[in-house]
Amino acid sequence: MKETTRRNFLFVAGNCAAAGFLLAGCKTMEAMNKMMDVVSVDVGPVSSSQAQSLIKVGQAVAKTFESFTPEQEYYIGRTIGAMVLQKYPAFDSVLANTYINVMGQTLAAASDRPDTFAGYRFQIQDSEEINAFAAPGGFVFVTRGLIRCCKDEDSLAAVLAHEIGHIQGKHGLQAIKQSRITHAVTTLGLEGAKQLGGKEISALTQTFEESISDITNTLIVNGYSRIQEKEADLAAVEILNRVGYSPHGLIAMLNQMQTRLKPGTSDFARTHPLPEDRIQALEPVLGSFAPYQHPRPRLLRFNTAISWI
Amino acid sequence: MDKSMSVQVRQSHVRKTPSFLSMIKKTLSYGDRVVVLEDKKDWLDIRVEATGTRGFMHRSALTVKKVVLNPGKQAVEKTATSDEFALAGKGFNENVEGRFRADNPHLNFIGIDRMEGCGVSEDQMRDFLLKGQLIPREGAL
Repeated sequence: MKETTRRNFLFVAGNCAAAGFLLAGCKTMEAMNKMMDVVSVDVGPVSSSQAQSLIKVGQAVAKTFESFTPEQEYYIGRTIGAMVLQKYPAFDSVLANTYINVMGQTLAAASDRPDTFAGYRFQIQDSEEINAFAAPGGFVFVTRGLIRCCKDEDSLAAVLAHEIGHIQGKHGLQAIKQSRITHAVTTLGLEGAKQLGGKEISALTQTFEESISDITNTLIVNGYSRIQEKEADLAAVEILNRVGYSPHGLIAMLNQMQTRLKPGTSDFARTHPLPEDRIQALEPVLGSFAPYQHPRPRLLRFNTAISWI
Repeated sequence: MDKSMSVQVRQSHVRKTPSFLSMIKKTLSYGDRVVVLEDKKDWLDIRVEATGTRGFMHRSALTVKKVVLNPGKQAVEKTATSDEFALAGKGFNENVEGRFRADNPHLNFIGIDRMEGCGVSEDQMRDFLLKGQLIPREGAL
């Protein structure tokens, strides 16, 4: 990848795949054989038995995004997070960031995926723009602009729970193209034939870059699918209810967002369904939950910790 | 026959009851093995292989694969013919991140390291729930 491309990495539309990695849908033996040609170019010739062994690796484990261990997901998430922080800088308030970490990590503990490799972490970003990002492995980012759409703690909890829903559903990892997964697994298998040297680490790093590009392309440029957004909203309702928050907080936040969001003018408006459509989809689900209440201690701590930002 | 599973995250807890924030009986690390006594829903009834400790762990902390810590050449070769192993520290790892960082020095990894330092204790979480008059549905306290 050229230096100029690296600088603009966030905005690259996944177009940096080198010819050697064009292995989309590589499930057949024919495709595997083509991959072996690529492998021989990358690392020098391997013996017939080693080649067979590598084919078995590819066939056995080149399945889906689930092939990545939580540890690998964590390294992917760290890099995505470093890019997100490059886009919007961190908002440095110990008080506000501690508040959303205690809240967010409590919500995550009650989710369907409380255990990621290194746990969940939350960070406020210093931007007026309305936006939030969930990087794989548990890194969650929320802008000041989005926090301002929250008038109470239950609404803010809804924002965090929605992002946890994306991580729980591994929506970021699902954006990685099959060819990257196959190549990553195969390069790992190469170690059985030969210890990883500089060339193989370079190849793996390139696959890493391409995987990151696939995710940022979805996360920042195009947005998750409408189905994934709905899944994250439904996950948020479940998590909020488990912890004791009112799921109606999600509706309250979306109503605020609707008044503040100018369609087509921001990243969030471009990458998310309209708030009114999300509200419409949620209303049948929320009918069974108790009315929205704001206990005074909860409102007080929200006002102290975060409403001022 | 009871099924064995491995811890697939850096650290996870064995709890007294099948509920988040339930009392911690033991903390396990990446690669530690457990025997699953009952596999229903999201919380598994387990016994820690090394110590015999009984308790509950969340499904998301565990994998049916055997996690190989510090895998050598032999362990890696085994994975060439089997899907039973997960190799710790292989694939996208610290080295790959290091190479990527060297090529992309403008990215804010320092900010990510700082975020990672913002871990919260379970006592803080309990206190947060209590003071906010939040009553978890699953009897977490």
